[in-house]
Amino acid sequence: MYQAIVFLPLLGALIAGLFGRSIGDKASRMITTGFVIISALLSWVAFFEVAISGNWTTIHVLTWIDSGAFEADWTLRIDTLTAVMLVVVNSVSALVHVYSNGYMHDDPHKTRVFAYLSLFTFARLMLVTANNLVQLFFGWEGVGLASYLLIGFWYKKPTANAAAMKAFIVNRVGDFGLILGISTIFLTVGSVEFDTIFAQGPALALGTFNFLGYTVPLLETICLLLFMGAMGKSAQFMLHTWLPDAMEGPTPVSALIHAATMVTAGVFLVVRFSPLFEFTEFASTFVVVIGATTAFFAATIGLVQNDIKRVVAYSTCSQLGYMFVAAGVGAYEAAMFHLFTHAFFKALLFLGSGSVIHAMHHEQDMRKMGGLFKMIPLTYFMMLIGTLALTGFPFTSGYFSKDAIIEAAYAAHNPAHMYAFALLVIAALFTSFYSWRLVFLTFHGPSRASKEVLSHVHESPSVMTIPLIILAVGALAAGAFFSSSFVGHNFEAFWQTAIVHNPTNHVMHDFHDVPQWVVLSPFVMMVLGFVGAWYFYIARPELPKEMAETHAPLYRFLLNKWYFDEIYNVVFVKPTFWLGRLLWKIGDGRIIDGFGPNGLAARVLDVTRGLNRIQTGFVYHYAFAMLLGVAALITYFMFGGAH
Amino acid sequence: MSEVPILSLVTFLPLIGALLIFLGPNDEEAGARSARSMALWTTAFTFLISLYIWVTFDSTTADLQMVEKYDWLGGAINYHMGVDGISMLFIILTTFLMPLCILASWTSITKRVKEYMIAFLVLEALVIGVFCAQDLVLFYLFFEGGLIPMFLIIGVWGGSNRIYASFKFFLYTLLGSVLMLLAIMYMYNEAGTTDIPTLMEFDFTADVQMWLWLAFFASFAVKMPMWPVHTWLPDAHVEAPTAGSVILAGILLKLGGYGFIRFCLPMFPIASDFFSPMVFTLSVIAIVYTSIVAIVQEDMKKLIAYSSVAHMGFVTMGLFAATQQGVQGAVFQMLSHGWISGALFLCVGVVYDRMHTREIAAYGGLVHRMPVYAAVFMLFTMANVGLPGTSGFVGEFLTIVGTFQVSTTTAFVAASGVIFSACYALYLYRRVIFGELDKDTLKSITDLNRREVLTIAPLVVATLFFGVYPLPIFEVTQVSIEHLVSGYDAALQAHNASLGIVPEPAFTFEPLTTTPPAPAAGHH
Repeated sequence: MYQAIVFLPLLGALIAGLFGRSIGDKASRMITTGFVIISALLSWVAFFEVAISGNWTTIHVLTWIDSGAFEADWTLRIDTLTAVMLVVVNSVSALVHVYSNGYMHDDPHKTRVFAYLSLFTFARLMLVTANNLVQLFFGWEGVGLASYLLIGFWYKKPTANAAAMKAFIVNRVGDFGLILGISTIFLTVGSVEFDTIFAQGPALALGTFNFLGYTVPLLETICLLLFMGAMGKSAQFMLHTWLPDAMEGPTPVSALIHAATMVTAGVFLVVRFSPLFEFTEFASTFVVVIGATTAFFAATIGLVQNDIKRVVAYSTCSQLGYMFVAAGVGAYEAAMFHLFTHAFFKALLFLGSGSVIHAMHHEQDMRKMGGLFKMIPLTYFMMLIGTLALTGFPFTSGYFSKDAIIEAAYAAHNPAHMYAFALLVIAALFTSFYSWRLVFLTFHGPSRASKEVLSHVHESPSVMTIPLIILAVGALAAGAFFSSSFVGHNFEAFWQTAIVHNPTNHVMHDFHDVPQWVVLSPFVMMVLGFVGAWYFYIARPELPKEMAETHAPLYRFLLNKWYFDEIYNVVFVKPTFWLGRLLWKIGDGRIIDGFGPNGLAARVLDVTRGLNRIQTGFVYHYAFAMLLGVAALITYFMFGGAH
Repeated sequence: MSEVPILSLVTFLPLIGALLIFLGPNDEEAGARSARSMALWTTAFTFLISLYIWVTFDSTTADLQMVEKYDWLGGAINYHMGVDGISMLFIILTTFLMPLCILASWTSITKRVKEYMIAFLVLEALVIGVFCAQDLVLFYLFFEGGLIPMFLIIGVWGGSNRIYASFKFFLYTLLGSVLMLLAIMYMYNEAGTTDIPTLMEFDFTADVQMWLWLAFFASFAVKMPMWPVHTWLPDAHVEAPTAGSVILAGILLKLGGYGFIRFCLPMFPIASDFFSPMVFTLSVIAIVYTSIVAIVQEDMKKLIAYSSVAHMGFVTMGLFAATQQGVQGAVFQMLSHGWISGALFLCVGVVYDRMHTREIAAYGGLVHRMPVYAAVFMLFTMANVGLPGTSGFVGEFLTIVGTFQVSTTTAFVAASGVIFSACYALYLYRRVIFGELDKDTLKSITDLNRREVLTIAPLVVATLFFGVYPLPIFEVTQVSIEHLVSGYDAALQAHNASLGIVPEPAFTFEPLTTTPPAPAAGHH
C-alpha cells in the first residue's frame, strides 16, 4: 500500500510526460488525477493505520548509494509524522489535480502541467518517507525541480523564467547548508540513517568539532546547517525572496507547491530532527528568532500588496514563520498541527483566488476588482471561510493551531520566546488586516473593473468549486477534529517517538496553563484587524491613499518589500557578473594565457601559417611524425638507460 | 590469466576497423559512406566485446585481472595489460561513447570522412590502451599517442580558429608530458622496472616522492585540466567538431584523473598527502572561479567547457581527500561526467548543425519548435547541476562528503559550487530554450531526427539509471578503492610514526553505545 501511495504519482507523471502526446491530453489528465486520488485515499487509510492504530513500519525498496560506511537506500519510513504528511500532501495534491482540470482547461500545454504536478507529488512523498538524509535530499531537490518547472510553466514570459531561476538558485543557497549538515553528520556519527543519528542527539550535544579552522559546538553547528536548508525551502527571512515571485506559475501550482506542501518541507525537516534540535540552545533560539522575524516582516509587506496572489504568498511566508517559532520553542506538535490546518485553508485561499482570477480573465490586481460577491457567490463564501480560518476565528482550524503556537511561544523557556510572542501577536493583527483587506477589495465596494471584463465574469465550473468546498470543510473542521490528537491530551499517544522532547522541555503541557490575557490576545488582534480593514476599505475607502501619501517613505518601503530584491541585486547578482567578466578576460585572457601559451603559440602560429601555404594537410603529417618521434625517443632512452 | 586476450582484443579491434577503412574505396562519395558504416560497426562491436570484460570481471578482488604479459623490446619493457576495479569502467565508458561519436558525425563531417573515421578509431584504440596498460612505457605511449588523433581532429576538422586551438592544446600537454617522461626514466633507474604493479609496492623515499609527484602532477593537471592550466580546454572545445568535444570532455579529461589514481596516490602517498593542501586549493579555485566565468560566457560550448573544469575540480578534490567516499565519488564523477558532458556537447551539436552558430544570443525559444530537444536538454542541465536522481549528483555529493572528513574548509567552498552551477546552467537553458521564438532564422528549425534521438538516448538512460541505481558501479570499484585507500593510509601512518607526528582528531564526540559503533574519530 505504501509503495502505491508513493509511486502511483510517479507512474502518472511518467505516463503523462512521456506519452502525453500520443494518448492525448484528456487521457493524461484522467490518469494523473486518478492516480493521485487513489494515492490520497490510501493515505487516509494509512493515516488511521499508522497514526491512530500505531502500526509503524519501514519498507526497503532498493539500494542506492553504498560507498564504504556511507550507505543510503531508497526506503519508505512510515511513522506518525510521515502519515500526517502523506495525508496533507496527497489530499491537497488530489484536489489541485481535479481543480486544474478546470483551471487549465484552455491552456494548450495542460498535459505538461499534470505531469509536473504528479512529479512534484512523487518528490514530496519521497521527502516525507525518507529514512535517511540522502533520500530526504533527493525529495528536497526533486520538489525544487518541479517547482522550477512549474513556476516557469509559461515559458514565453520573461518574468516567469526569471522567477523560476530565482526560486531554484535561492533554494540552492539553502541546499548548500544542508549538504554541509549532512556531511558533518556523516563525519561524526558515521551514518546518514535517521535512527542512528537520532540516538546520538544528547551525545552530539557534548561534542566539539573543527569547522573552517574554528572549534565549534558540534550539535549546534549541525542544526544550524540543517536549518539553513530549511530557510531556503520554506522561504524564511533573507532567503524568502523567491516565494512571492513564484506566483508567476499557474494558480493551482501556487496552491499546491507554494502554499500547502513544498514550502512546509523546511518545517518538516526541523520537526523530523527534533531529536537533535531538542538538545541545542543557540540553534533553536535562532530558529525562533528567524521564524518570528519572518512572521512579522512578511505580514507587513502583505499589508500593502495589490496583487491578490502576492498577498496570499506573503501570508504563507508569514505563517511559515509561525510554524518555525513553534518548532524552535520545542512545540513541534503545534508546528505540525499548524502545518496541517494551514495546508487546508491556504490551499483554499489560493484556489479561491484562482477562481477569482479565472472569473476575471486572468486579472490579478485587486485595484481592478471589487463588488464581485454577487457575481461569484460560491467563490466568495469559500474565500470567506478561508479568511476566517487564517485569521483564527474561534473554532475554525486556524483558531486551534495558531493560538496553540502563540501560547506555546509565551509558555516556553527559550531565550527569545517573548520576542517571538510579541511579534506573533502583532503579526496576527496584520494577518487579520490584510486578509480582510483582500476580501473587501475583491468582493465588496464598487466595482473597479472595466465593463468588458464584468460582462464575462462567471462562477467557476464545478470541477473547480468542489475542491474548494472540500477544502472549506477541512478549513472549518480539521482543527476541532484533530486538536486533541495533535496538541491536546492525546498528543503523546499520537506522536509516540516520531517527535522527541528533551526531558526538561514541558512546553507541550505548559501552554495549556497560560494566563487568560495571552489566550485572548490573538482574538483581540483578529477583531482589531477586521475593524481596521473595514474602516479603511469600506467605511472610508479614500483613507488608504491619503495614508500612503502622508507616510510615503514607509509605504514605499513596504510596497518594495523592504528593498530585498534591490539589495541582493547590488550585493550578489551584479558583482558576480562583474567578477565573471573580470576573471574571464583578465584572469584567463591576459594573465594565464598572456604569460603562458600565447607568446609561444603566436610564434608557432607564424611558422605554421607559412608552412600551411606550402603544403596543405600539414598538421596531418606533422602529427604522425610526432608519434614516430615519441616512440623513437622513448625506445632510445630505455635502451640507453637499461641496466 | 584469462584464455582470450580480451584486453588486447578490445584495444586493437578499432585499429582493424581503421585499417579496413583505409583499404576501402577511394572514391570520395562511396569511401565516405563505407567509412561511416565501417566505423559504426567497429565501434559498436568493440562495445559489445568490452561488455564481456564487465560481465566476467571479479569485483571481490583488488588484483589485476585478465592479465596479459609478454616480453617486449628485449625484456626491459613488457607488454603488460590488465584491469582492476578502477580502470575497467573507463574502458567501458570509452567503448560506450565511441559509437555515439560516430553517429554524431554522420552528416556533419563531409570532408575527408575516411581520415576522420580512422582518426577516431585510432584514438579509441589508444585511449583503451591507456586504461589497460600496466607498464609505464606502454602507458606513456598510449597516453601521449592519444593526443595525436585528437590534435588532428581539432586541427583538420575544427572551426575557423582551429590551428590556434590545437597548438594551445598541444603546447600545454607537451609541457606536462616531457616532465612525466623524465620522471619515468628516473623511476626506471631507481626501481629497475617499469612494471606498474611492481612500482606500486616499491617504496620511494619521501624526498624522491616529492619530485616524482610534481612531474606526474604537471602532466595530469594539464589533462584534467586544473586551474590555472585550464585555458586550453575552452578553446579546444570551441574549435573541435561535436564528436571531438564529446571525446575530449568524456574521455580525454579522465586520463588525468585516472593518472592521479594509478600513479600519484598509490606510488607517492607521502607526497600526495604533503601536496594535498595545494591540490585542494587549486580544486576549489577551479570550482568557484570557472563556475563564475561560465556564467558570463556567450558561446555555448565555452560555457560547457568551463563547467567541465569546475566538475573536474570536484574530482581532484575527492581524489586527494583519499577517503573511501572521496575517491569513489571522484571515480563515479568522472564516469558520470563522461556521459553528461558528452551529452551536453551533443546537444550543442544538434543546434549547431542546424544554425551553424554556437552563440547563445542567436537562440531563444527553441522549446516552441523543438520540444523533445528541450526535454533532453533539461535533463542534462539538471544532471550537470547535480540534481539527485541523476548520476551527476552521486559523484559530486560523495566527493563533498569524502573531502569534508579531511578538510571542512575545502568541502565548504566546494559545496558553494552547487549554487554557481545552478546559476550558469539554468541561465544558459533560459536563454537558449525558453522565451519567445522571435528570431526569423529559428522559425523553421526542426526537432531531433531519428539519428539524433538514437545518439542521445543511451546517454539519457545512463544518466537516469546510474542516478537511481549506481550500485553496479560501486560494486566494481569498491574493493580496488578500499585497497588503494588502506594502502595510502598505512603508508602515511608509517611515515608519520617515523617522524613522531600524531594527527589531531577533527572532532570530539563520544557516541552512545546503544547503537552500532561509529567510526573512530578523525582521519588517518
